[in-house]
Amino acid sequence: MYAYDDLDRTLIQERVNEFRDQVKRRLSGELTEDEFKSLRLMNGVYLQLHAYMLRIAIPYGTLSSDQLRMLAHVARKYDRGYGHFTTRQNIQYHWIKLAELPDAMADLAKVGVHGIQTSGNCIRNVTTDQWAGVAPGEIEDPRIWAELFRQYSTLHPEFSFLPRKFKIAVTAAEHDRAAIKIHDIGVRIYRNSAGEAGFEVMVGGGLGRTPFLAKTIKPFVSRRDILSYIEAILRVYNQYGRRDNIYKARIKILVHELGIEKFAREVEDEWQEIKDGPLALDEAVIADIRSRFKYPAYEKLTDNPPELKEAASDPRFEAWRRNSTFHHQVPGYAIVTLSLKETGKTPGDATAEQMDAIADLADKYAFGEIRVGHEQNLCFPSVAKRDLPALWRALDAIKVATPNVNLVSDIIACPGLDYCSLANARSIPIAQEISRRFANHETANLVGRLHINISGCINACGHHHVGHIGILGVEKNGEEFYQITIGGKADEGAVLGSLIGPAVPHAQVADVVEDLVEAYLDLRLRPDELFVDAVKRLGVEPFKERVYATR
Amino acid sequence: MTSPLEQKKIKITGPSVVTANRTSDGAVIWRTANNSWSTDLAKAMIVRTSDDAKALWAEAIADDVGAVGSYIAPVELDANGGIKPGNLREQIRVEGITFDLAAV
Amino acid sequence: MPLVRNGHVVADRFGRVADDAPLPADGAVLIPADRFLAHADELAARGGDVGVIWPNNRDVEQLAPHLGRLAMVALVFPAFKDGRAYSQARILRERLRFQGELRATGQVLRDQFLFMQRAGFDTFEVKKPADAEVFADVVKRYSVFYQPTGDGRTTVFRKRLARVGAEPVPAVKGAAS
Repeated sequence: MYAYDDLDRTLIQERVNEFRDQVKRRLSGELTEDEFKSLRLMNGVYLQLHAYMLRIAIPYGTLSSDQLRMLAHVARKYDRGYGHFTTRQNIQYHWIKLAELPDAMADLAKVGVHGIQTSGNCIRNVTTDQWAGVAPGEIEDPRIWAELFRQYSTLHPEFSFLPRKFKIAVTAAEHDRAAIKIHDIGVRIYRNSAGEAGFEVMVGGGLGRTPFLAKTIKPFVSRRDILSYIEAILRVYNQYGRRDNIYKARIKILVHELGIEKFAREVEDEWQEIKDGPLALDEAVIADIRSRFKYPAYEKLTDNPPELKEAASDPRFEAWRRNSTFHHQVPGYAIVTLSLKETGKTPGDATAEQMDAIADLADKYAFGEIRVGHEQNLCFPSVAKRDLPALWRALDAIKVATPNVNLVSDIIACPGLDYCSLANARSIPIAQEISRRFANHETANLVGRLHINISGCINACGHHHVGHIGILGVEKNGEEFYQITIGGKADEGAVLGSLIGPAVPHAQVADVVEDLVEAYLDLRLRPDELFVDAVKRLGVEPFKERVYATR
Repeated sequence: MTSPLEQKKIKITGPSVVTANRTSDGAVIWRTANNSWSTDLAKAMIVRTSDDAKALWAEAIADDVGAVGSYIAPVELDANGGIKPGNLREQIRVEGITFDLAAV
Repeated sequence: MPLVRNGHVVADRFGRVADDAPLPADGAVLIPADRFLAHADELAARGGDVGVIWPNNRDVEQLAPHLGRLAMVALVFPAFKDGRAYSQARILRERLRFQGELRATGQVLRDQFLFMQRAGFDTFEVKKPADAEVFADVVKRYSVFYQPTGDGRTTVFRKRLARVGAEPVPAVKGAAS
C-alpha cells in the first residue's frame, strides 16, 4: 500500500477547496454550465439520466480498509447505499447531488481518496492488474510505476486540456491482466536480454467507435527515461491530435493517420530535446516512491495447512476455493477474488454494508488491503491459506463468494441505459438474465473460462470489443437491439471480436448466449479448449449458423 | 434512445416536453407552462409544434443556473390526457432503473 | 478585457494592429503572425517594442530566429478547452529560452490561471473582470506540485529527497516496521 505523505494529502485538500469554490460559483450563476462542465469533469462529476454521477479514483486499484470504509460512508450519506466498481478500477456513485459534492469529497480526502481526473480531457486513473505485488512471475511491482505516473499526471499544467481523454495502463507480468493493448499508452515492464529492467511502450489503443489495439512505439525505454518519453508522446498528441471532431480526437486516430513509424519519429524528435531535462528519473526518486509502498509482514506458512484439509470435505467450500483463490508469490498465502457477480444482481455493485464488512474482513485476514479489478470484482491480494475456510464462511454470508470468477456468469457490464445518458440500450438486465441462465455452477464449470462483456453504447465502457462474447446495445426504431461479437481478447494476445450476424432484440440475447455456449460445447476438441480458442480455431461460421438457424 | 443531447434541428413528431436535470441535485425536471420546472411529469407543458418546442427549449436553456442539459423529449398522452414518457429512456427517467436492487 | 501582470490588473502598453492597418509611428505594437513574419526587419527598424500574436495551430519553433527582437509573444486559447498553447508556452520558455512577455489571450478564465502560469505565461488577457481581480489569490490555491516545468517551483519529488528529519512514513496495518 502506498502511504500518502503530507504533500500528497495537501494537494488533495487543496483540490477539494478549489472544487468547493467552483461549485459555489456554479450554483450562484457566476460560472455557466459551459464553463463549469470541464471543471466538474476533471473531478469526476458527470450528469447522468437520474442525477449526477461521481467517479472516484482508486489509483491502480489499491484500497486500504479505511478507504473502503469511507467509500461505504459516502454511499450511505450522499448516495443510495451502494456503489459500482468499474472497468478502470474506479468506483461510481449514481445518485449524487452537486450541492453536497464538496462535503463528500472532503470526507474522502480525509483518507486520501479523490475524484481528480477521473473524467475530462486529461490523463485518467493509471491502472494495473489487481494482482500487482503478489502475482507469481511478476518482475517488479507495477504499482510503483503506476504511482509515479499518477503523480506525474496529476494536475499537469500542460496536459489538462488534451484533445480527448487519455488512459495509461501498466503491466509487469507475462500474462497481461491490465489490458494494456486497449489503452492510449500501454507500458509493459520487462527485462531485456542484458537483464536490464525497462519498458516496452505501446501507443494508440482504445475501443469505442473506432477500436484499435496499441502498437509498440519504442521496444525498450529505460527507467531513467520513461517519464520524459511519456511527456514527449503527450506533447505531440496535445499539439497535433484532432480537435475538430470528438470522434477522431483520441491518440489512436493520430497514430493511425500518421502511421506508427512517422508518429514514433515525431515523438523521438521531441524526446531528444527533453530527455536529459528534469524528468530524467534518478534512482533516488524511484527508491523514494518504492519506500512508500509497505508490504505485508508475511509469516512462514505451510501451503497445506490442516484447516484446508479439514474444510476440503465441504463441497461448497471446495468449489469456491478452486474457483476464487489463486497462487501467491509467497508460500502459504493465496490471492482471493471476491465475486461481485451474484446471480441476478448488477455486476460490479456493492452495498455500503458489504463494503464495511469487506473492510473488516480485510483487516482480519488480508493485511487491511483490498484491490479492484477491471473485471469488476474485488480481491484480497494476500490471505493466509489456513484462514481460507473462515474467510469463505464470512464472504459467503455477505454474498461475495459466488464461485463464478472467470466463468460465463462473471460478466463485465457497463451501467447502460438504466443509469447512463450516453447509452442506447440497457446492459444490466441483460447481464442479470444471462447470469440466471448459468446460475448452476456445474454447468458454468463445464463451460469453463468465458468472458462476456456488455456495453450499452458504442463508447464501450464494458469493453465489449475484447470480450470472448461481446454484446453491444444499439437502438433500432425505438427498440433495444444487441450486436454480438465473439473471439475477442484483452490480454497480451489482444484481438477484437468478430460480429456473428445481425443485431438481435433484447429478449433474445440470453438465448443467443445459450446457443453460443451449446455450439461451443459441441464443437470443442477437449474440455480444456476454451471458448475463445475454439472460436479462433473454427472462425465465426459454425457459431453464426447455430445462432441464426432459427432467427 | 440515441442521446437527444445531440439534437440540433428541432423537429418534433408528436406531443413533446422539455426536460432537464436540476443543477443543485441532478433531479429530473420538466419545464412547466409558467416559466418554471417541476419534478412531476404531469405538470409539464406540452408542445405540439416545432416552433413551440423550440421556444420552450430556448426558455429552458436560458435558465442556466437552475437547470442543466435540457432537451426536447417525446411524450404520449393517454385517454384521460395523462402524460406518459414517450420512449424507454424517458420512462427510465420517470420511473427509475428497470430492475429491483433488492431482489435476486 | 483586463490585463493581469505581476498579480494585478495593469494597463496594456501594446496596441493591437490589424493585418492591413497602418503601423503607429511609435509605441509598442502587437502584430498578427503572417504580417510579423513578412515584415520582421522593418518592424525591428521601426524602434518600438514588437509583439506577435501566434495562432495555436502553428509550430511555435518558427518564431525561434525572431525571439531576440520580440518584446512579447501572445498565444491563443480559442476555447479554454483547447490546450495547445500550454505546449507552445513551455517550448517558448523552456526550450527556446524566450525571456520577453508571454501573454495568454482568448478564453482565459480563473480556473486555468495556475496551469498557465506554470506553463510560462506571465501576462493574462482575462475574460472576466471578476476573475482578473482574484488572480493573486487563485494562483496561491495550490502549494504542492508534482511535475517540473520552467516555473522554478520545487516538485514533490525533490522536496521529499531534500527533507531532513522527514516525517516517518505511517505504518500500514500488519506491515513490517
